[in-house]
Amino acid sequence: MNRHALEMRLWPVLRWVLIVGLVLITVFPFFYMVLLSFVPIEQLLQHPERLWVPFDQLTTETYAEVLRSEDDGGQGFAQFMRNSALVAVGCTVLTLLVVIPGAYAVARLRFRGRRFMGGLFLAVYLFPAIVIAIPLFVGFSRVGLGTSLVGLVLVYIALTVPVSIHMLRSYFETIPVSIDEAATLDGASRWTTLTRITVPLAMPTIMSTALFIFMIAWNELLFALLFLVTDRDTWTVSLGLTQLSNGIEVSKTVLMAGSVLLTVPVVLLYGLAERALTEGLTAGADKG
Amino acid sequence: MSTMSLRRRAPSSNARQENRDGLLMIAPTTIIIGIIIIVPILWNVVLAFQDSSLRTIAEEGLTGSPTLDNVIGVLTSRGFWSSLLTTVIYSVGATVGSIALGLAAALAFRRPFPGRGLMRAAMLLPYVAPVVAVAFVWKVLLNPQYGLINSWGTTYFGWDEPIDFLGQEPFALLTVIGFEVWRYFPFAFMFLTARLVALPADVEEAAKVDGASPSQSFRHVVLPQLMPTIALLALLRLIMAFNKFDDVYLLTGGTAGTEIAPVRVYDQLTGNLDIGGAAANALVLAVILALFLVAYMRFLGRKEQS
Repeated sequence: MNRHALEMRLWPVLRWVLIVGLVLITVFPFFYMVLLSFVPIEQLLQHPERLWVPFDQLTTETYAEVLRSEDDGGQGFAQFMRNSALVAVGCTVLTLLVVIPGAYAVARLRFRGRRFMGGLFLAVYLFPAIVIAIPLFVGFSRVGLGTSLVGLVLVYIALTVPVSIHMLRSYFETIPVSIDEAATLDGASRWTTLTRITVPLAMPTIMSTALFIFMIAWNELLFALLFLVTDRDTWTVSLGLTQLSNGIEVSKTVLMAGSVLLTVPVVLLYGLAERALTEGLTAGADKG
Repeated sequence: MSTMSLRRRAPSSNARQENRDGLLMIAPTTIIIGIIIIVPILWNVVLAFQDSSLRTIAEEGLTGSPTLDNVIGVLTSRGFWSSLLTTVIYSVGATVGSIALGLAAALAFRRPFPGRGLMRAAMLLPYVAPVVAVAFVWKVLLNPQYGLINSWGTTYFGWDEPIDFLGQEPFALLTVIGFEVWRYFPFAFMFLTARLVALPADVEEAAKVDGASPSQSFRHVVLPQLMPTIALLALLRLIMAFNKFDDVYLLTGGTAGTEIAPVRVYDQLTGNLDIGGAAANALVLAVILALFLVAYMRFLGRKEQS
């Protein structure tokens, strides 16, 4: 058999092996997370090798425990989820308000320093978060924002602005300028054009940007760890899970339930907007 | 041409209005980035040259006398160089691995098959899921006492004893690199898929007609066209892996030979409250990164010229 014929047989088989392997490694940890979240801890310790657990041994007590407030003997995740939701939604709304006009200006208007701004946002995006973490940690505790959700929202806005501007600008640039010009001829001001024409046209991209901001804010750990660790009432879900998993007093399966609660909102949103999100993220992939 | 007309139009009130509107619309963004990012970066530079702890900053503010002690201290401590080496191994390993796997995935998913859309969506899960949750599942799966992997390994694969994947050299570093590859290959997959869709079909068709085997066609036709995207991905991934804190912090806490630089900075900051030292360490990191970026731009510029 010559090389060509061998390859024609080999690749289709390898391709399927690869596809099955990839789906397994990406989905399996999530399947296992959900499975363990319904299992009593003794079951895990006795049968660590099991992939299926008898139906009558499944429990939802893990979820009850993780959600109950600390006063009722639980872990207080209901409170953590409320904090995370407040931070993530607040950050998403505020970032969009700031970024939509900003991205429009960078995409459309000639103003002094436009080129510089573009470079600045890219540089900021690539800068190590740990560098700004130290002064923010010091500075925020001095002005009294040290252990507040407000401080965290501010940081998340700054962290998500550069990538949001990039996503929106790439899309705004694909909207024909003639539409803007027609609106101007009809007497519309810059703001009217932006809010009545550009924003509705860009709605799908705005939604995927919003989703991306929400995801970053919901998933973030470093700044939550630095700012909020001393005040349990302000913990986000990520922080709560990190802190509780370091101890030994909370059982692993209960923490798995916590992990599921942390993951579900993101995966749900992602499922709703998967296509838009991938398109938004890869916009400008070959332009750089 | 456009700059010419811009210059001619410049004195008109129209252009001045546009300039004003532009600055106004970009102002909130600039203010936020300035206060939350630029000022802290500059302050970090100041802190790096001061002998400061949390207490002295509270008392003296910014007025401490400048000193090179922190920076010299960072550069002469043995832990720094070994952590830098670990960071480089970690970033390069994670970058190469995630791009290679992402490329393989993009090629495997290139032609349609039933269920492709759903499976493709599933493949992005590691990238979108919260890092705390997935790191935690990995920790449970790899645990020596009750972890599924070790349980299977000793029962079915004939391991003599459970492997402490996250607490033992050199497994720990390999595992955190594996985790990073797993978490970020979807990113490369997404970018490369987008690029593959945009490739013109005719060259590949011609290669096929000329009798090129699939591997030849990939090496000589497809791969060269993907190279710019791969180069960009490599740069982005390398920088991000170099800055990455949470993944390693969550999996190993920087123990067992996984002390990457950002985790070290975090430990200096929260463990010893050595703010000057942490700032100096972070500054050195940023400078290395900047040098790397400049080198990359130079290289790219020269390549474009030739």
